[in-house]
Amino acid sequence: MRRQNFSRRGLLKTGAVGGAGLALPTIFTSSASAFTNEPTGSSVTLGFNVPLTGAYADEGADELRALELAVEHLNGGGDGGMLQTFSSQALDGTGILGKKVEYVTGDDQTKSDVARATAQSMIQKDGAVMITGGSSSGTAIAVQGLCQEAGVIFMAGLTHSNDTTGKDRKANGFRHFFNAYMSAQALAPVLQGLYGTDRKAYHLTADYTWGWTQEESIAAATEAMGWQTAEKVRTPLGAGDFSSYIAPVLNSGADVLVLNHYGGDMVNSLTQAVQFGLRDRQANGKDFQIVVPLYSELMARGAGQAIKGIPGSQNWDWKLEDAGTQAFVKSFGEKYGFPPSQAAHTCYVQTLLYADAVARAGDFNPCAVVEALEGYEFDGLGNGPTLYRADDHQCFKDVVVVKGAETPQDEFHLVEIVEVTPTEQVTYPHDHPMFAGGALGECNPGA
Amino acid sequence: MDAILIQILNGLDKGSAYALIALGLTLIFGTLGVVNFAHGALFMIGAFCAVTLQKILTISVTTIDPERTDFLGNPLKVQTPYVENWFGPEIGAAIVDWAVPLAILLAIPVMILVGFAMERGLIKHFYKRPHADQILVTFGLAIVLQEIIKYFYGANPIPTPAPSTFRGSLDIGVWLGFDPFTIIYPYWRLVYFFFAGTIIAAVFAFLQFTTFGMVVRAGMADRETVGLLGIDIDRRFTLMFGLAAAVAGLAGVMYTPILSPNYHMGMDFLVLSFVVVVVGGMGSLPGAVLAGFLLGILQSFASMNEVKSLLPGIDQIIIYLVAIVILLTRPRGLMGRRGVMED
Repeated sequence: MRRQNFSRRGLLKTGAVGGAGLALPTIFTSSASAFTNEPTGSSVTLGFNVPLTGAYADEGADELRALELAVEHLNGGGDGGMLQTFSSQALDGTGILGKKVEYVTGDDQTKSDVARATAQSMIQKDGAVMITGGSSSGTAIAVQGLCQEAGVIFMAGLTHSNDTTGKDRKANGFRHFFNAYMSAQALAPVLQGLYGTDRKAYHLTADYTWGWTQEESIAAATEAMGWQTAEKVRTPLGAGDFSSYIAPVLNSGADVLVLNHYGGDMVNSLTQAVQFGLRDRQANGKDFQIVVPLYSELMARGAGQAIKGIPGSQNWDWKLEDAGTQAFVKSFGEKYGFPPSQAAHTCYVQTLLYADAVARAGDFNPCAVVEALEGYEFDGLGNGPTLYRADDHQCFKDVVVVKGAETPQDEFHLVEIVEVTPTEQVTYPHDHPMFAGGALGECNPGA
Repeated sequence: MDAILIQILNGLDKGSAYALIALGLTLIFGTLGVVNFAHGALFMIGAFCAVTLQKILTISVTTIDPERTDFLGNPLKVQTPYVENWFGPEIGAAIVDWAVPLAILLAIPVMILVGFAMERGLIKHFYKRPHADQILVTFGLAIVLQEIIKYFYGANPIPTPAPSTFRGSLDIGVWLGFDPFTIIYPYWRLVYFFFAGTIIAAVFAFLQFTTFGMVVRAGMADRETVGLLGIDIDRRFTLMFGLAAAVAGLAGVMYTPILSPNYHMGMDFLVLSFVVVVVGGMGSLPGAVLAGFLLGILQSFASMNEVKSLLPGIDQIIIYLVAIVILLTRPRGLMGRRGVMED
């Protein structure tokens, strides 16, 4: 048996040296950085976390295009896009606060755990000060929570669940995109005009946070105008073949099918619903109708003929005629050869809004950015006058109600604008029951 | 009653795909003794044969139409497929419209070649290795194949519509005495069901009524004795691998209008098809077909609201539950033979 000889003095010395050694990096970092990933060199890194695979891969690819365009414009490249029309003139094409904008990308695969892991890598390994992107509310809520813990800003991409700025809202998170409640408030009066007040709706709903709140919102809005809800059926995300969910609709007594699906899921479910002859049939003495509350040109392209005449809502559409939209469509169209989607638009705008907030605050500190964005009113970014509400970090602006074009002039005109619903009609109190149960908390600068 | 009929019909097309994939899996397992986890990838490659032909047929010449403008206000670039220039607008458009059925002609030689290359190039080196090694190498191969497809075709589903003649739906309910629009079924799904039935019948007829098939069946029953008779059974088994690949490929080609192809569709079907093979009985061709249709229909029933309200989430697990029950009560599966995978 070996005998170990420790003296009390030796142990104290070793402990003191070891402790100092361990503390040394912390001492340096705590004195050097006031917040997580404070940019100290000549560049600043943004993290673009988008789905390049999975049900929302089309949206993710378009988001990435727009984000790269935003970086180009922030660094003074191209024609400047919406920087020319933005009501704030704090950005001058020299990066952000004179630092060149660089970026890292990741594929979140439309999975919350993967999205958290890729965002974490961007924050810890690549030193990202802001994370944006994403096409699913599941991933947005997961990454928003991570950013809050890590002390970086999250500028949400395409996330439409009420929960993102409702029960899961966070001080470090901001959403430009509209939400399920706003969709329902904008769409319901149009549905009433098209199909009347005596209808019975059957809901097929993507089984995750976005689908749930979309279903709750549209069902509440249509029931308020007299519609009945026949059935609410949840379908797994990325199910592919929805035929076994669509077949029961035929004999359910419903005369409207509401597809609370998005992306590839919506393309598949709508195409299959049309294949099953739903649009050719009559129920309760009326023509059967299909409604897709959340819509996009990308989905319309995937659905092809099936999209004709189907009503829905969008956050933005490239055919809007304001100066901001025209500037963005020109930049994007000349670079990529086709018009941008609403997913591309919201990510582009969010990047500009972040950069502008840093420039106005004169600081990359997340708490300074939060202060600059809260209650901020702006214009020229494609949706008319817009407010970033301080209470929940949700943007309030006009909503676009659309429908599938009957005779599209080309592949880019598959969607027609029916009306632009004014902000007042879609505004709600921050403590509305559909958004209750959450609190922003304190902003977290990290470090 | 009508709801039950709808779900039976609904399960038939999914069951057809399961049955076709499981049939190929069983052919390979029965002849070569290989558990081929790359078989789903063959289904996926077949689907991409349809995508490829659609892309080839729509290769276009670009002309400028000065009368019209694009979304940026520039003169519109009009794309006209070469086939429309060569054969006239009507015939050209009809050829493009029929891309999926025409892809069968492309898929048969492509899939047989892919099958040969797979068997001769990789799988034959694993005949004498344990099943675990075979599963690992074929699973790895499946991942490689799907990544190759992803590299060339991207990650997104690619819409591949059925010919316009088959885009509507049939009111089957009227034939059966129900009210109009009670039982509706899309034409293409019926086409798929009959196509699957034809392929399955052709494979069985080939094995049953040809000398080649007879030798293969004899080889499946007793490989050693057939070899002692001076017959090169290995060469025939290689051909059977090509045939199984072609069956999976054709199943994939015709499935594209039902589900837009993407690079991971093979994996989605593979796991379920393996369950089908196990439920049907390892090595049993009729068992694979029977189990394919049975599980397809059961999965469809499990999606009924009445069932889901009693057992939430049952639609996601029904196939595995049935597999557990059958393996507990009939360990060899529905029609499994004694001695298969029991050494």
